[in-house]
Amino acid sequence: MRGAKIIVVFVYILFLMLPIYWLLNMSFKTTNEILGGFSWYPQQFTLDSYITIFTDPTWYSGYINSISYVLMNTVISVSLALPAAYAFSRYRFMGDKHLFFWLLSNRMAPPAVFVLPFVELYSAMNLFDTTLAVALAHCLFNVPLAVWILEGFMSGVPREVDETAYIDGYSFPHFFVKIFMPLIAAGIGVTAFFCFMFSWVEMLLAKNLTSVAAKPIVAVMTRTASTAGYELGLLAAAGALTLIPGVIVIWFVRKHIAKGFALGRV
Amino acid sequence: MTVKPVNQKAWLLVLPVLLIVALNAIIPLMTVVNYSLQDTFSPGVFFYEGTKWYQDVLSSPRFHGALGRQFLFTGIILLIEIPLGVAVALAMPRKGPWVSVCLVLMALPLLIPWNVVGAMWNIFALPDIGLLGYGLNWLGFDYNYTQQPVAAWFTVVLMDVWHWTSLVVLLAYAGLSSIPDAYYQAAKIDGASAFAVLRYIQLPKMKRVLIIALLLRFMDSFMIYTEPFVLTGGGPGNSTTFLSIDLVKAAIGEFNLGIAAAMSILYFLMTLLVCWVFYTAMMRGDES
Repeated sequence: MRGAKIIVVFVYILFLMLPIYWLLNMSFKTTNEILGGFSWYPQQFTLDSYITIFTDPTWYSGYINSISYVLMNTVISVSLALPAAYAFSRYRFMGDKHLFFWLLSNRMAPPAVFVLPFVELYSAMNLFDTTLAVALAHCLFNVPLAVWILEGFMSGVPREVDETAYIDGYSFPHFFVKIFMPLIAAGIGVTAFFCFMFSWVEMLLAKNLTSVAAKPIVAVMTRTASTAGYELGLLAAAGALTLIPGVIVIWFVRKHIAKGFALGRV
Repeated sequence: MTVKPVNQKAWLLVLPVLLIVALNAIIPLMTVVNYSLQDTFSPGVFFYEGTKWYQDVLSSPRFHGALGRQFLFTGIILLIEIPLGVAVALAMPRKGPWVSVCLVLMALPLLIPWNVVGAMWNIFALPDIGLLGYGLNWLGFDYNYTQQPVAAWFTVVLMDVWHWTSLVVLLAYAGLSSIPDAYYQAAKIDGASAFAVLRYIQLPKMKRVLIIALLLRFMDSFMIYTEPFVLTGGGPGNSTTFLSIDLVKAAIGEFNLGIAAAMSILYFLMTLLVCWVFYTAMMRGDES
């Protein structure tokens, strides 16, 4: 029984790792070797693809653009969502339930519906082809997500904490920053992680809201695929590099990932 | 739990969120509604068309095809991912140093940009240089996903299972971890079979997270765009053209604004309906 369980988990993880291994395998080959035929590991190990990416500005600026709108979006989403989540978790007010549902419906809205109007909207605001435009556009799904996850974590803090603090003479902002935020630090971390992640993996909006100056790495990759022929080695190395931010941030929140995916309610 | 106090000033705390989401949701949505009711011959010149585009979309075989493929795809991946995810979660060790390692490795596919997922599988499944394609052909299957619709479907489904099953695993595992050890000890004393433990202890405890998993997977697979677009481009032919792919094709590829906008609105209403079911189910779970 125990052995069978270990095999199930092992086979599943093996299945997850194989495509990733294949990507890494290719990233250390030359494009000629890749196209030359099937092989389990690089015959002529090379770091050329990685060197090209780190030295060619069209490549590495893609990473810088992506990271900058992802970070901007994370900061905007979390800081706007904090007070709102507190309101939803602590008070009843006119239209609260409808509003909460409406927020969720934006998390669920297909980005494809919004592509064209977004291009018009952000062009009209003179923000087209800036990282700020992508950061704001990603708020469409990240702000609702942040409100939902934070609300879940905040509702786990007993309301007596707030009441005691108010009796002790704390003002709302003072209480919120000094007492309440440290209590939900884990929740804030998880929320930031999720905003980071969903902004990082999204491509449809990021690609269509930028053209040259603010091009994200995911768009640089599609350009390479179409114009320079298939530079497979480069493409694989660029893909492999997009795994790194995820691996770094996930280690910090590994104990709370599930709660975040459940929108704060496990 | 005591009832939350009524406080209308809480609106002030919600206001910033409301403004930014309104900017991103209401203005674009109104633009789409506008397009869906008008026609244009030259830039800036529009005239009212009524419900013509809606009638066109609803009676077009192309829309029916995309919608049918969308439901088929979502149905297949739910049937695979939910049971598989639960099975893997049940097989996970409950404690120990391996838990974190397993969780991080499993979460890895969730953190890869969606077009990289598509590009990865595009190469992984190539019959001449990809491990999957080469392996299947070596085993004697005639497999080429760029030519055969069945092979393309197999690849798109396998890619989605690879990409998202871990979400179900993580949620189910979180549900399982919330079961106190005392439950298992009691079951052992009563001599309950493994099946009885699953049926009467584990599944009921997982019910809430499974509802969330089911509906998240439904919604996200229903709006899937990037991965199949990069993998197959919707082909061969139209065989893997799902709703979002068709929509973007109509809006940006063909610049068919009226049709694309009417499709958008219908698409949005469908998601809204499912979202409402999700919300109701989840809120009921919160109350009980």
